[in-house]
Amino acid sequence: MSIQARFFLQRPGFALDVDLVLPGTGVSALFGPSGCGKTTLLRCLAGLTRATQGDLLVHDQVWQNATQFLPVHQRPLGYVFQDANLFPHLSVRANLLYGQQRVAPGLRRVPWDKTLALLGIAPLLERMPQSLSGGERQRVAIARALLSSPRLLLMDEPLAALDQARKAELLPFLERLREDLEIPVVYVSHAPDEVARLADHIVFMEAGHSVAAGPLAQTLARLDLPIALGEDAGVVLHAVVAQRDTAWHLARVDFQGGSLWVRDAGHAVGERVRVRILARDVSIATQEVRGSSVQNCLPAHVEEFAPESHPALSLVRLNLGGTPLLARLTRRSVATLELSHGKPVWALVKAAALLG
Amino acid sequence: MSADLLAIVLTAKLAAASTLILLLIGTPLAWWLARARSPLRPIVAAVVALPLVLPPAVLGFYLLVMLGPRGPLGQLTQALGLGLLPFTFGGVLVGSVIYSLPFVVQPLQQAFRALGDGPLEAAATLRASPWDAFFSVALPLARPGFISAAVLGFAHTVGEFGVVLMIGGNIPGRTQVLSMAIYNHVEALEYANAHALAAGLLVFSFLILLLLQRQGWKDGP
Repeated sequence: MSIQARFFLQRPGFALDVDLVLPGTGVSALFGPSGCGKTTLLRCLAGLTRATQGDLLVHDQVWQNATQFLPVHQRPLGYVFQDANLFPHLSVRANLLYGQQRVAPGLRRVPWDKTLALLGIAPLLERMPQSLSGGERQRVAIARALLSSPRLLLMDEPLAALDQARKAELLPFLERLREDLEIPVVYVSHAPDEVARLADHIVFMEAGHSVAAGPLAQTLARLDLPIALGEDAGVVLHAVVAQRDTAWHLARVDFQGGSLWVRDAGHAVGERVRVRILARDVSIATQEVRGSSVQNCLPAHVEEFAPESHPALSLVRLNLGGTPLLARLTRRSVATLELSHGKPVWALVKAAALLG
Repeated sequence: MSADLLAIVLTAKLAAASTLILLLIGTPLAWWLARARSPLRPIVAAVVALPLVLPPAVLGFYLLVMLGPRGPLGQLTQALGLGLLPFTFGGVLVGSVIYSLPFVVQPLQQAFRALGDGPLEAAATLRASPWDAFFSVALPLARPGFISAAVLGFAHTVGEFGVVLMIGGNIPGRTQVLSMAIYNHVEALEYANAHALAAGLLVFSFLILLLLQRQGWKDGP
């Protein structure tokens, strides 16, 4: 069960040339700057844009090859457009029914009530799309796509058209989607924070090419890529909430190779969470630091270095008992601390964000 | 039935039949003009727009020649057993359809173009075949365009003169339409009768345009 995609498409001033294998479960993020071809790739996956040359195999079903091109309406997919794209002449209910009614009753695997509850849109059913807020429209669009019982859900920056408050409103729904559904999702985004929260797998795109792909935590820790991320370079750890300190509003999260104290975000003990640690929030000491305001001081080993975009800076990968961590240091610090491969150090984590 | 009443009934029949045929021909034509990327597109668009600028007498004249016993279309209609169309209701109908074509195609074309790709792409990702998407999404969204097209096509046919005169002659009950009846009254100096018909047509046209304005206002910009 996987998605194998190979596309070639030439346009004036742009060429898409990708060869990818995406996992058949979880959320795969297509990540990259505007104009790198993420949306074009997504449209090729859907068949909305026809690649000059393409091979697309979804769960062992041929969607496109040299001789065949399955028309969009025959592909069991769901597509969430950047601007929702609801039918303006139909009520929310009729929009939701549009896709569901076009799937044979025996093939409808996504239950109506559950989907409405998941996206919190039951109260909106009789409204017309024009009367909905941007966030509501996007939730209806997601529900409409889900109710057509897709085998693959394609989402084109569903949050991009929304303001910060609406984004914050929609993100928890997307997280629930990831946990509750067994439909693989391909999610286009240029926002690192969305990817850190939602993705299980990431594809870095640049100028029409895929430059790296792999599981999120490992791929983010690669030193050859975070340069592209600039200020957003950092890792995501998969952790479990182990303890809550209600007096100080802190929570301890355990991960393979250590534990961290982070701001309590209301998660119950035992809950699985993601922790995002940016490289600029990690410093290195050669001795255990005492008497510092930095609470998280973890033993680690130096693994690898890479130059940063600014000549004064260097990106260092540390290993915390199997879990990678990135630190951004000045090159002078690297020299004065005599950091080298395998050297035991202490990682000082100044800030870590708990994501859903 | 008086000649005037005959003319009114005939005009209504002609306008209704023309409008129906125009919508049937105009819809696929407008769809193609709005969405195709063929190099033929500008040529077809120009041909469709021709009746807007051509004097009706020119159009009528060529139709008369083409549909006549020696014209290619005339030979075709004879071969098909339809006989000759000039000076019959059928001939006037053909002339009306061609004459009013741009008035139906252009509002439809605009409506289809205004749709954009979005709704049709959304329909395709929700398993609607192109035909299904056309009927369930494109037609309802283009409804204001259809209303404008039908009203303009009907009204324009009601007011025609030159084409019908050329191809239909002026035969009461068969090809004598309203504008010709008015012309006959004026020729015969029966101004009161001409007034009655002319004023009726004026009010009718005004009401049609009023209806279109309200339609535009209701659907908003």
